[in-house]
Amino acid sequence: MHLAAEKLSIRRGNRLVIDGLSFTAKSGEALLLTGPNGAGKTTLLRAIAGFLALESGEIGLEGGDPEREIGEQSHFVGHANGIKSSLTVGENLEFWCDYLDSSTTRTTRRDRVFDALERLRLSALEDIPAAYLSAGQKRRLGLGRLIIANRPLWLLDEPTVSLDTASVELLAGIVKDHLASSGIVLAATHIPLGLEGARELHLTGLSNTPRLKESGFNTGLPSVEQPRQGRE
Amino acid sequence: MSPFFTLLRRDITLALREGGAIGTALGFYLIVIAMLPLGLGPDLNLLSRIAPGLLWIALLLSSLLSLGRMFETDYEDGSLELLAIGGTPLELVAAAKALAHWLTTGIPLALLAPVLGILLNLDISAYGVLVLTMLAGTPAISFLGAIGAALTLRARRGGLLLALLILPLYVPTLIYGIQAISGALLAGQSFWPSFLILSALSLGSLVLGPLAAAAALRIQLN
Repeated sequence: MHLAAEKLSIRRGNRLVIDGLSFTAKSGEALLLTGPNGAGKTTLLRAIAGFLALESGEIGLEGGDPEREIGEQSHFVGHANGIKSSLTVGENLEFWCDYLDSSTTRTTRRDRVFDALERLRLSALEDIPAAYLSAGQKRRLGLGRLIIANRPLWLLDEPTVSLDTASVELLAGIVKDHLASSGIVLAATHIPLGLEGARELHLTGLSNTPRLKESGFNTGLPSVEQPRQGRE
Repeated sequence: MSPFFTLLRRDITLALREGGAIGTALGFYLIVIAMLPLGLGPDLNLLSRIAPGLLWIALLLSSLLSLGRMFETDYEDGSLELLAIGGTPLELVAAAKALAHWLTTGIPLALLAPVLGILLNLDISAYGVLVLTMLAGTPAISFLGAIGAALTLRARRGGLLLALLILPLYVPTLIYGIQAISGALLAGQSFWPSFLILSALSLGSLVLGPLAAAAALRIQLN
């Protein structure tokens, strides 16, 4: 399975944030999106998830389920955690478990929630309403979706926000496990997740002119393919 | 369990546990109806003549109060995005949320209406038809309201805008709701034609509401 983006251009407002970007990511590969604030990291991830319309270009998940959108085959971790403060920690996970995978039975759900809570070190808080969690604990609970339902592509937008050092390591471990089971990870992060062999995709952001520009982005690093080069 | 029912169950749980939306709607309904006799004076004949209309209009306004929150909380905490890419069509997501709104707001309001009818000296024979027409008519309030809630999702202080957008759409429901009640009460008029049109309006909104709301949500998530 691999994710291939070809000549992507994405417009936000009057401005082309991403212009003519091509890249691929294979199974078991992590692609780190770097670049200054406003470079288009979030925009790119949201476009892949299908929230933003593309100005031009194509994104495809080859080897994925052709019946489903890319977004439906991916986990998206954005700035908000998607947890309900009046549900307990366990109920939040149970909801996402049921919603994301309707084939779950009562017992498999029980096991998965139990495993996820163990993994996230939230077991002691299972019956506490999520409103009482700290920011870091809420973040960890939000990341629980990654473990609880299996999806090949992970789109992580600043997943380490408000996590302490131990939790960042925890997240790195979860990401590594996903890569080991031949998943694909795209992460926009300022903190290195300690992933060896992760490729970097450096976005520079573009001019504020609304006009189209020729190759306005910097592919800089050799690991990122230039447009129109052969794909695997 | 299918994602639709999972989401429906979650929304009902949240509504019952947080309680604010149901409580506000019921409280507002009670206050408005309790104030009407004070404003109109103790003319029992007048009150009982206009009672069905007043009960219906106050019900529409009360249900508007919680309508604005239908997608807002999910949008704010990021759940809406995740629901959208969860593999369930956004139309079904909108339908589940509108249905949850009906179950937690429409039905309680419809059941409270006859109790409030006492304050307006509602004709004793009208209680049954009042509840029946309200139960048949309130789904349209939730499902058409979902369109407005989706459209005003990102608007600052969208509540008033929501009312302006959505109240005109409630006019047919209001007309046929009242028509059905007076049809049942007055000699020489028929209950069924109006009641069937009222039900048809609700069934139509059941289909069209989620489609339009989902289209609006897609724009809002962009």
